[in-house]
Amino acid sequence: MTESIAKKQEDGRVERAGDRIAAEALAVYMRARRRSGAWVLTAQLLILFGSIGLWEIAGRHKWIDVLIFSYPSKVFGLLWENLLEGTLLPHVWVTVLETLCGFLLGTLCGTLLAAVIWWSPFLARVLDPFIVVLNSMPKVALGPIFIVAIGPGLGSIIATALAVTVIITTLVVYTSFKEVDANYVKVVRLFGGNRLTVFRRVILPASFPTIISTLKVNVGLSWVGVIVGEFLVAREGLGYLIIYGFQVFNFTLVISSLFVIALVATLMYQAVAYMEGKLSRRL
Amino acid sequence: MSYAVEVLNMTHVYVTEQGAMLAVEDIRLGVRPGEFVSLVGPSGCGKTTILSVIAGLIQPTSGSVRIQGQMLSGPSARVGYMLQQDYLFPWTTIWNNVMTGLEITRQVSDETTAYVRQLLRQMGLAGLEDRYPTQLSGGMRQRAALVRTLALKPDVLLLDEPFSALDYQTKLTLEELVLDTLRAGRKTAILVTHDLSEAIAMSDRVIVLGRNPGRIRREIEIPEPIRSAMPLEARELPDFHRLFRELWQELLETEGEDER
Repeated sequence: MTESIAKKQEDGRVERAGDRIAAEALAVYMRARRRSGAWVLTAQLLILFGSIGLWEIAGRHKWIDVLIFSYPSKVFGLLWENLLEGTLLPHVWVTVLETLCGFLLGTLCGTLLAAVIWWSPFLARVLDPFIVVLNSMPKVALGPIFIVAIGPGLGSIIATALAVTVIITTLVVYTSFKEVDANYVKVVRLFGGNRLTVFRRVILPASFPTIISTLKVNVGLSWVGVIVGEFLVAREGLGYLIIYGFQVFNFTLVISSLFVIALVATLMYQAVAYMEGKLSRRL
Repeated sequence: MSYAVEVLNMTHVYVTEQGAMLAVEDIRLGVRPGEFVSLVGPSGCGKTTILSVIAGLIQPTSGSVRIQGQMLSGPSARVGYMLQQDYLFPWTTIWNNVMTGLEITRQVSDETTAYVRQLLRQMGLAGLEDRYPTQLSGGMRQRAALVRTLALKPDVLLLDEPFSALDYQTKLTLEELVLDTLRAGRKTAILVTHDLSEAIAMSDRVIVLGRNPGRIRREIEIPEPIRSAMPLEARELPDFHRLFRELWQELLETEGEDER
């Protein structure tokens, strides 16, 4: 009777009919998924190369003003040239460094500030209106203040990036601190743990995923701060290249810098997202 | 007579911006060493408040608590507390979770570590030390939480509906396990529950609370042989249903008084 639903295979394993049906269902599902995935990729490539191709043709036939809009072969030509001359990478490096500093410092300072506010409910109530004002304010507007206070250069660019990221980090992380299930706190308190123990053992680890995801948001915000900062003071960096290209009316340079920014910012975001995945997988 | 837990004329008021709320009034309670006492009553009768006061988590507005004759001033290692759910830290392993209490009270030693390993074996959790709580079933998690509590060798165990979030089968198994462990260690226990049959099956004495404010209405001694039977057998014994109806009636009257 068992023969009809299960047959013994040559290697001694017993194969059940249910297993076979499950394997077939999985195969059908995977095939359908692969097929729809292939369609999505095709559409994406079509949009990418279609628009680049159209842009190239429009540029070469002078349908658009080449002085302003340039066209892809000119842009990539310039990039390639600068890469070979070694004049591109130093700019990329400076901007990447500033952005890294901006979002790491922003996340760190924001978390520290949130910890201080969590620690003292009194301070939380006192600082509340100031934080609301600072949060509503467009932080890049503080750029000129940083320049006169810190001096034109790396410092004020990083300060701008920091200003953009730190307040929102504080708010998000503090909210996450407050929303930790009180019962976890109770567990520590029942063992006689004090506020520091509660913070170290419950509040911080429970908010870790939030802090990591703030890191991801801050990558984007930090780019805003850094590029604006470079617009204002820099003598190197991708933001500087854009402003320089604009001033000498070399829009091929502007567009190629934008292209590099898009590329590097995406890579950086993906790196943080990958790290987030690794860190939060166990949770 | 010396009590393991003694609550002396305890009254507690919760004060918020909305006003003052009298939660429990004039609670007097003595629990003998090794005794298992259950608190039952309608929701809002202050069961959890009483437990939190005995645990040292909240300072009562008036009155006091003595544990083995000593005045209680805050959480004590002699009193263990089991919450309604396991509340194992999901970000760390079972091992780190069960060691939490020992680490916080700085009692990690070869001896205590060996004791935790022994508890894990007893609870059928050996070999799961490196798992994360999410990888365990509800019953296993509650057992791990029990290990975390027992690791400190408390003399008194407070159980705040620790079986309420479990499915029925797991709940029955865990009742047996907990009672067995408590009896073997001659520990004193106070259980808060909504489940009347659980209260009768596990306890030596059941205390019925009324509400608004919470106060003790009645105490029922559980007679032999239900008292010394294990929970599962106890439910089969002839007197069990009589006791159940008696308690049920008492609770109905509590509700009735509220409406008047």
